[in-house]
Amino acid sequence: MNSIVCIKQVPNTNEVRINQETGTLIRDGVPSIINPDDRNAIEGALKIKEELGGTVTVITMGPEQAKAALREAMAMGADRAILLSDRAFAGSDTWATATILAAALDKIGETDLIFCGRQAIDGDTAQVGPELAEFLDIPQVTYAKEVVVEKDKVRVTRYGESGDYIMEAPMPVMLTAIRELNEPRLPHVRSIIEAWEKKDIEVWTMEDLTIDPTQIGLKGSPTNVFRSFVPVREKQSEIIQGNTPREKAALLLDRLSSQKLV
Amino acid sequence: MKRAKVNQGEDLQEYKDVYVIGECLDGRLHPVTLELMGEGRKLANQLKRHLGVILLGDGMDEALEHLQDYDADVIYHLKHPLLKDFSTEGYVKVLNDFIRGNKPEILLIGATSYGRDIAPRLAGRLGTGLTADCTKLEIDPADGKLLQTRPAFGGNLMATIICPKNRPQMSTVRPGVMERAHKLAEGKAHLVTVIPELEPKDIRVALVEKKPPAKKQVNLIDARVVVSGGRGLKTPEGFRLIEELADVLGGEVGSSRACVDAGWISHAHQVGQTGTTVRPEIYIACGISGAIQHLAGMSEADYIVAINKDPEAPIFNVCDYGIVGDLYEILPAMIEDYRKRKEEANHA
Ligand SMILES: Cc1cc2nc3c(=O)[nH]c(=O)nc-3n(C[C@H](O)[C@H](O)[C@H](O)COP(=O)(O)OP(=O)(O)OC[C@H]3O[C@@H](n4cnc5c(N)ncnc54)[C@H](O)[C@@H]3O)c2cc1C
Ligand SMILES: Nc1ncnc2c1ncn2[C@@H]1O[C@H](COP(=O)(O)O)[C@@H](O)[C@H]1O
Repeated sequence: MNSIVCIKQVPNTNEVRINQETGTLIRDGVPSIINPDDRNAIEGALKIKEELGGTVTVITMGPEQAKAALREAMAMGADRAILLSDRAFAGSDTWATATILAAALDKIGETDLIFCGRQAIDGDTAQVGPELAEFLDIPQVTYAKEVVVEKDKVRVTRYGESGDYIMEAPMPVMLTAIRELNEPRLPHVRSIIEAWEKKDIEVWTMEDLTIDPTQIGLKGSPTNVFRSFVPVREKQSEIIQGNTPREKAALLLDRLSSQKLV
Repeated sequence: MKRAKVNQGEDLQEYKDVYVIGECLDGRLHPVTLELMGEGRKLANQLKRHLGVILLGDGMDEALEHLQDYDADVIYHLKHPLLKDFSTEGYVKVLNDFIRGNKPEILLIGATSYGRDIAPRLAGRLGTGLTADCTKLEIDPADGKLLQTRPAFGGNLMATIICPKNRPQMSTVRPGVMERAHKLAEGKAHLVTVIPELEPKDIRVALVEKKPPAKKQVNLIDARVVVSGGRGLKTPEGFRLIEELADVLGGEVGSSRACVDAGWISHAHQVGQTGTTVRPEIYIACGISGAIQHLAGMSEADYIVAINKDPEAPIFNVCDYGIVGDLYEILPAMIEDYRKRKEEANHA
């Protein structure tokens, strides 16, 4: 059973700070991590490999520093890692990103399972996986919370707001992982050292892929950022003063009932 | 299959009207449908175009009848036995054919787990851009393009996205944010039934079983009052107190992710970026610090009340009324006092 996992390196949004004046991200000192859902995707692929044999390939499109994410994935147990990096890829939206990933997956060839995370915490779009599946013309099951391979089929429990669906898909298929899928493993120190010292990362550029250059990068992206800004709030907060909890509770209820809220 | 491309220099003027795709699974109409219609009507009026509503499926006459009471120019029912159950491929195929035929300028879809499954695949097939999980939509008065605003980086930043060279301009819209459509004063919206082409071989993924939700449905989206508990409760039993206050105020119970992760309460109660977005009249946050990801799901409440021990907690920057104190002292006092008030009101 051969799997490919698409991962993304993202800034930890819990620590992101914004330059209030320019409305841009301050990246300095913000740690980069593997996108949380993608760690579930890696774990999902590793579990299947441990059970049924095969390989796990991790792939990311990003700058040179995204190699750190690939090394971490190899420390978790991935066999092969590929970085897609080229100036021409810069500024890609989800359409263009999926176009580049699809070209890379075509080059890798025969695969049974393609795992993505449900969404990346920088943009939260959840679009790259389904767009990739569309471009590869393979079926998809998103929001996977349980994945079981049965002979030539995969049984996937898909999360839904009003109850889960159990779906059965042929392979190859693209699955997006959610947090409920599993508990991602922490790599051992020894495997971390090995991933950094012994394992290679392949780097592919435009020249290695068959891509229509009009469909990638900033120019090939159908969506553009028109502007960005820091959300402002103009609320007047009142901290209710009182000597006892009872008094505070009563004053709060007075305020709410004077606004006809309770 | 030949893959679609973007930026083909197509004639954008051919694209007219605003369409929204409703959600009706297993005969249940998702509330986001009416929100899309409300928002779609606003945009259509500004552009002086028609509003079309698309609903896919079979055996959903009741839902259609209900929808016809609301303001739309046309409701298109894409009716086929193979659409009775949800499938990405079946839905995307018939939507692609329909959209290519009718050429709407704007296409809105609910940002539910189903909307976010089909929308990107549909955008991929149509050869156009898609903006995810929008919380605000506007028409640029200068040139009529759609300005699609959405949170990024966990809500730390807002971004306005445009799709200048491809049509339709597609957005998924966050549930619970937009205002619902109005009922028609009289008459019914026009219903058109469309029989799309679809064969079993078009659908490769089979639905084998539907699992009903584990417990009683939590209806956070429609709640007038939401009382939420956070890690400040310290134990899962703390939610009994939250439930009691929610009960006396006639509200629903919400939670921060910290408590869901700890297994104190089910995910259905989670409010925030990765949970539900709520828009109640009153939101009472108890023992919740106010992390940006939590605020992303409740900052649109009319009134926010915060109860927290720590006067420096960020939740106090966004609340209307705050109480610095121990929730285990404040909440019982509130419950008792409110009950007393209600009794007095009944006697008066
Ligand atoms: C990608 C991502 C997505 C996320 N999505 C969500 C989401 O959808 N929803 C969400 O909520 N979070 C989300 N989070 C998590 C979020 O960052 C916070 O970790 C979480 O909201 C914190 O929950 P909390 O406020 O209950 O806990 P804490 O931050 O631990 O705060 C507990 C508060 O309780 C107060 N307190 C303690 N004891 C008492 C007492 N006796 N009386 C009164 N107050 C007391 C403390 O002063 C403190 O302020 C997400 C995080 C990430 C990275
Ligand atoms: N640059 C990238 N390289 C590899 N995979 C990506 C990239 N961007 C997104 N993905 C994958 O697509 C998923 C959804 O991302 P997004 O659509 O950006 O929310 C992620 O969880 C990854 O699995």
